[in-house]
Amino acid sequence: MCLGAFTMRVKALVIRILRQFKRDKRTMALLIFAPILVLSLLYLVFGDDDYSPSIGLVDFPEEVVESLDLSGAVITIYEEEAAAFGDLDTQDLDAFVTLDDNQPHVTLEGSDPLINSAVLNWMQEAFGSLTGETERQVEATFVHGHEDMRHFDYFGPVLLGFFIFFFVFLISGVSFLRERTRGTLERLLSSPLRKWEIVIGYVIGFGLFTILQASIISAYSIFVLGMMMEGNFFYVLLITLCLSFSALTLGILLSSFAHNELQMIQFIPIVIVPQLFFSGLFNLDTISDWVSWIGRLTPLYYAADALRNVMVRGFGFEHVYIQLLILLGFSVVFVVLNIIVLRQHRKV
Amino acid sequence: MTDSNNVIQVDHVYKSYGKQKVLKGIDLTIKEGEIFGLLGPSGAGKTTLVKQLVGLEEVSSGEVRLLNEKQPSLSLIERIGYMAQSDALYTELSARENLEFFVSLYNLTKHQRKERIKEVMRVVDLEDAMDKVVADYSGGMKRRLSLAISMLHEPVILILDEPTVGMDPILRKSIWESFNALKKRGVTIIVTTHVMDEAEKCDRLGMIREGRLTAVGSPDELKKEADVKNLEAAFLVFGGVHYES
Repeated sequence: MCLGAFTMRVKALVIRILRQFKRDKRTMALLIFAPILVLSLLYLVFGDDDYSPSIGLVDFPEEVVESLDLSGAVITIYEEEAAAFGDLDTQDLDAFVTLDDNQPHVTLEGSDPLINSAVLNWMQEAFGSLTGETERQVEATFVHGHEDMRHFDYFGPVLLGFFIFFFVFLISGVSFLRERTRGTLERLLSSPLRKWEIVIGYVIGFGLFTILQASIISAYSIFVLGMMMEGNFFYVLLITLCLSFSALTLGILLSSFAHNELQMIQFIPIVIVPQLFFSGLFNLDTISDWVSWIGRLTPLYYAADALRNVMVRGFGFEHVYIQLLILLGFSVVFVVLNIIVLRQHRKV
Repeated sequence: MTDSNNVIQVDHVYKSYGKQKVLKGIDLTIKEGEIFGLLGPSGAGKTTLVKQLVGLEEVSSGEVRLLNEKQPSLSLIERIGYMAQSDALYTELSARENLEFFVSLYNLTKHQRKERIKEVMRVVDLEDAMDKVVADYSGGMKRRLSLAISMLHEPVILILDEPTVGMDPILRKSIWESFNALKKRGVTIIVTTHVMDEAEKCDRLGMIREGRLTAVGSPDELKKEADVKNLEAAFLVFGGVHYES
C-alpha cells in the first residue's frame, strides 16, 4: 500500500509537469527548436565541405605539375619558398607544397580547421594519384593551429550533447526555481509528498519530455543535417537521455542557489560554458595540465566522448557503457544533494 | 485545562537567523475548535511562528507540539492544512488541474477525491470557474482557490497566513462563515491577519510584536485589559504605543 501511494503521488507530479509543458508551448518549442536552429546555423557555417583551398606549388618541375590532378584548388606556382611564405602570412594562400626528395611536404597557414582539412583532403587526392597510394599520410607542417582540428562531423556530437544539456538545465532549473518562488514547493512540502518523491517526479516528468526532445534533435542532426553517424542511433538516444538526466538534476540543484530567473541564467557562464571547453570540442591535449582535469568533473566530457565513439567511430555498447554509468552516477549524486538541500525546508 | 484539549502547544520557542532574533520565547496553547488570530505588524515573526506550526521551519530552541506530537512530524502532515502568504498555484494550469494534482497527493479514493474537489470549491464559491486557467483568475479568486486547496484533505487543524487578503467584504464574510462551520465540526483554525474587523471574529487573539507575544486573550478581554474601546486601540497599547482615548 505504501508503494502504491508512492507511485500515485509521483504519477500525479509527473502528470502535472507534463500538463504544464502542454500549456507552455513556448518553452516546449525552445527545448526542441532552439537546438535545431543553432545546430542548423553551425552546419551552415562550418559544414561546407566544398571549400576550394588556394595552394602554392614551390619549385615544382613542369612535368610533375602536368601529371597531377589539380582540380578542386586554386593553384599558384612559386619559384621560391620565401615568396610563398609571404603570401601565407597575409592569408592570400592557405598552404604551399614543396618537394623534398620527390616527397611532397605541405606547409599550412593552419588557423582555420576547416581549411586545414580541405587542404589535407586535397593533398590526399592530388598526390595520392601520383603515387598510387591513397592512404599515405602527407607530411605536413602547420604555421598556426594543428592537425587535430576538424570540422562539423568532429565537433557535431559534442554540440549535440551540449545543446541538449544546456536547454534541459535551463528549463528544469527555472521550473524548479518557480516552484520555490511562487510557494508551491512549500505547499508540496506540507503535503504527504516526500522530498525524494519530488525529485524523482521531476526526473520522470522531465525525462519523458527529454526522450522526445533528444529523439527529435538527434534525428534532425543526423538525418537532416547529415551529421556523421557510424554507429547505432539507439545508443545516441541512450547517451543523450543519460546526459539530460544529469542536466536536469544539476539544474534543479543549482536553482536552490538562485533567487530569480536572472540568477539562474548567471550560472550559464559559470557552469555550462566551461563544460564546452573541456568536453573535447577543443583538443584536450593542448589544454594546460593544471586545468585539464576539470573536464573529468563535467558530465558533458563523458557524454561527448561516448557520442563521438558512437557517431564518429561507430563503436558499440562496450565503448559507451562506462560513460553512461558515470553520467548516471552524476545524476544520482545530484539527486542526493537535491534531497539534502530540500531538507533545509523540512527536516522530515 | 487538560492536555488532550490543547491541540497546539508552543513552549519557550526561540528562533534566530544568525544574529537576528526573530522569536524571543513564545509560549502559547490553542484549544480544539478554536479560531485563533495572530495579530501583529509585518516583521513581527507571525509567518515564522506559523511555519513552525506547519513544520516547515525549525525552532532554535523550545518545542512545538500539535495533537501531542512534536513538529516536524510526517504523521501530522495529513492532519494539517496550510495556506501560505503566496498563493502557491500553478498559474498555467486550470483550477481543476491544480486541485486534481494536490488532491492526489493524499491517500483518498477516486470517489472521495471528486467529492472533496466539489466540496471545497463550493465553500470558496468558485464552482463556475473550475475550468478556467488560473492565470486568468483575479487576485481574490486565486486566494480563494489557494484556501480551497488547503482544505482538500479535511485537515483537523487549518493554518492560514493572511487568508482573506484581496477579498471584498462580502466574500470575506462568506469565508468566515465557512470558518465557523468548520469550527463547529471541531476544526481548529489559526489565522494571521492585519484586518481589525476580522480579528474581532476570532475566539482568541495573540498579539505579536518584535518576536514576543505581548498579549493573549479574547477580543473583549484585550480591550478591557488595555482599557480601550476598540481592538485597534488595544493593538496600539500592546504594541507599546501610548494611546490617548
